[in-house]
Amino acid sequence: MQGPSATLSHPAVAAPPWDEALAAGIIRELAGLEGALLPILHALQERFGWVPREAVPLVAEALNLSRAEVHGVVTFYHDFRASPPGRHVLKLCRAEACQAMGAEALAEGFMRRHGLAWHGTTGDGGLTLEPVFCLGLCACAPAALLDGEPLARLDDALLDGLVEGARA
Amino acid sequence: MRVFLPKDAAALALGAEAVLRALREAAARRGVALEVVRTGSRGAVWLEPLVELETPAGRIGYGPVRAGDAAGLLEAWLDEDGAHPLRIGPPESHPWFAGQTRLTFGRCGVVDPESVEDYAAHGGFAGLLRALSIGGEAIVDAVKLSGLRGRGGAGFPTGIKWNTVRLAEADRKYVVCNADEGDSGTFADRMLMEGDPFLLIEGMAIAGVAVGATKGYVYVRSEYPQAVRAMRTAILAARWAGWLGEDVAGSGQAFDLEVRVGAGAYICGEETALLNSLEGKRGVVRAKPPLPAVEGLFGRPTVVNNVLSLAAVPWILAHGAEAYAGFGSGRSLGTLAVQIAGNVRRGGLVEIPFGLPLRDVVEGWGGGTATGRPFRAVQVGGPLGAYFPEALLDTPLDYEAFARAGGLLGHGGVTVFDDRVDLSRQARFAFEFCAAESCGKCTPCRIGAVRGAEVIDRITTGVDVARNLAVLDDLLELMTDASLCAMGGLTPIPVGSALKHFPEDFDAARGLSRAAE
Ligand SMILES: Cc1cc2nc3c(=O)[nH]c(=O)nc-3n(C[C@H](O)[C@H](O)[C@H](O)COP(=O)(O)O)c2cc1C
Ligand code: SF4
Ligand code: FES
Repeated sequence: MQGPSATLSHPAVAAPPWDEALAAGIIRELAGLEGALLPILHALQERFGWVPREAVPLVAEALNLSRAEVHGVVTFYHDFRASPPGRHVLKLCRAEACQAMGAEALAEGFMRRHGLAWHGTTGDGGLTLEPVFCLGLCACAPAALLDGEPLARLDDALLDGLVEGARA
Repeated sequence: MRVFLPKDAAALALGAEAVLRALREAAARRGVALEVVRTGSRGAVWLEPLVELETPAGRIGYGPVRAGDAAGLLEAWLDEDGAHPLRIGPPESHPWFAGQTRLTFGRCGVVDPESVEDYAAHGGFAGLLRALSIGGEAIVDAVKLSGLRGRGGAGFPTGIKWNTVRLAEADRKYVVCNADEGDSGTFADRMLMEGDPFLLIEGMAIAGVAVGATKGYVYVRSEYPQAVRAMRTAILAARWAGWLGEDVAGSGQAFDLEVRVGAGAYICGEETALLNSLEGKRGVVRAKPPLPAVEGLFGRPTVVNNVLSLAAVPWILAHGAEAYAGFGSGRSLGTLAVQIAGNVRRGGLVEIPFGLPLRDVVEGWGGGTATGRPFRAVQVGGPLGAYFPEALLDTPLDYEAFARAGGLLGHGGVTVFDDRVDLSRQARFAFEFCAAESCGKCTPCRIGAVRGAEVIDRITTGVDVARNLAVLDDLLELMTDASLCAMGGLTPIPVGSALKHFPEDFDAARGLSRAAE
């Protein structure tokens, strides 16, 4: 199903390079919170686009945890990425209310046309596709988030147009 | 000229920002000053974006508005006395709204969700002020008397939970709002947080006063970026206005709030997994006892409630527990926020007393399928809820009636499917979802769900059907009896109901003929 241009691993992306001082600053700022680990991981991902491997020991040290514990948390949650995403991220809903409005066919078609698999990034590093299970837009399905902006009542043409628009 | 335009995520997804730009351009061309108040949604997603014009006779609604309608609307408002094909009249009098009982959602879509003053002007904070004057024990008594049961799914009496926390001795207590709303087909929590966030803040503050907690967390799923922003903005405003902080409304009592964001794990909606997540751990379910009310967040007594449970409390305190208990039926008292989703013509949220038949929602408010094809199935209560056929549409929407019919109300999501649905695929999906979202702590759930999907594949491809049906039965029984939480324990509900009510979809021969079509 996947075209030859589909790549899952480390494309050329716009995610900023690792910056230890920056990461340390983010961690320091949040380390005092009760239950600081998730806020820190979210902040790191917001800054870098993923949770860089290099950050794990820094986080562990700041919170007095083992690296294995931090790694265990990072991998438990679907949100945290283990590799940098493309410049744009499309989260396409796969849950029941969207299924009732053809979400499966929508996703399959989109993946075919763009040579993508779930969690995959286009060859040019422009777009990462991620599955999501419900966005609370179930009364205007099928739904998606494109770079955090909600989209609804999607069909093939509308979705392609919106994605092209964002990438232009 | 003053208009109201929702910025609820559904309205945004349906083009509210483009409508805003077009309205501004059209107004500029006509040389009129246009004031736009951004509100939440009234819940009629099928009418979104729903634009409302302020007139001497009250607000007049127009929807669903597209950017291309803006010039025509301006013309209608300026030259034609407001007549326009999209005009629905005063929203409150429109039949879709007039038939509802809006206790919790009365302000949603009406007020500016960033304005403390607007909230107070629409009756906000009356419940909290009363709570502060009567104190913890009387608050708990009122909540008990109201009959309020948890809206997160389990339906546990809220007052009893609060009393346990109130009576617990501890140096610190917490109030945690479960805004993880992971169930497909549900969006009431999102709508409330985006449209009337001060109501949730007020409800949490009342809980804090009732049990003696000084700190609260709102755990919002990351799939809801607009709700996260709306809650954070409202918390800042409430603190600034003295409704949160060291001295809540001059009472001398402290209570403050913080928003925390989930990370895409369905199981973190389960309350003990949620607490682990808040503590910065993996979202693994904890064994009960101890109950969170006794040993919750960081080991302290903790109230964990759904958004809608907490948001029901200000009305109860302001208007009286008996008044609330006057709605509903049997042991399901008050109102239920029903979310009509999926393949439905008029999707959205309706707040109604418990006890109305499911058919009123699917056929009445919902108006049948969006595709116009015949109705075939409805899943009520999210991914762990049952699939019902037409014959069960007369089931009353109350906890006990749904349990008797082999289903559950859950968080009130109603997802409609037309005749193209294949229930064997839905059953398979229920297993896949369980396998993917299982926290991994117990075997029946973690392994059983994977096995379950395989067994369904065998049945639908005609492999050893009788034996595999028996294997499936055993598996469902094992998962029901031996899972630690409802993730594994209730996955048999969607699977079993699909098998029971739609056996033809599991027939391999039929599957083959379908595939050939
Ligand atoms: C797998 C699973 C997922 C759940 N998801 C949610 C949820 O998203 N929101 C929620 O309020 N309760 C959810 N619950 C129920 C909570 O465990 C808990 O009962 C609820 O937060 C208590 O609040 P309430 O009494 O106000 O309903 C879930 C339970 C399970 C087993
Ligand atoms: S039933 Fe599933 S989700 Fe619940 S505790 Fe067991 S493994 Fe975890
Ligand atoms: S099921 Fe797709 S948005 Fe809810």
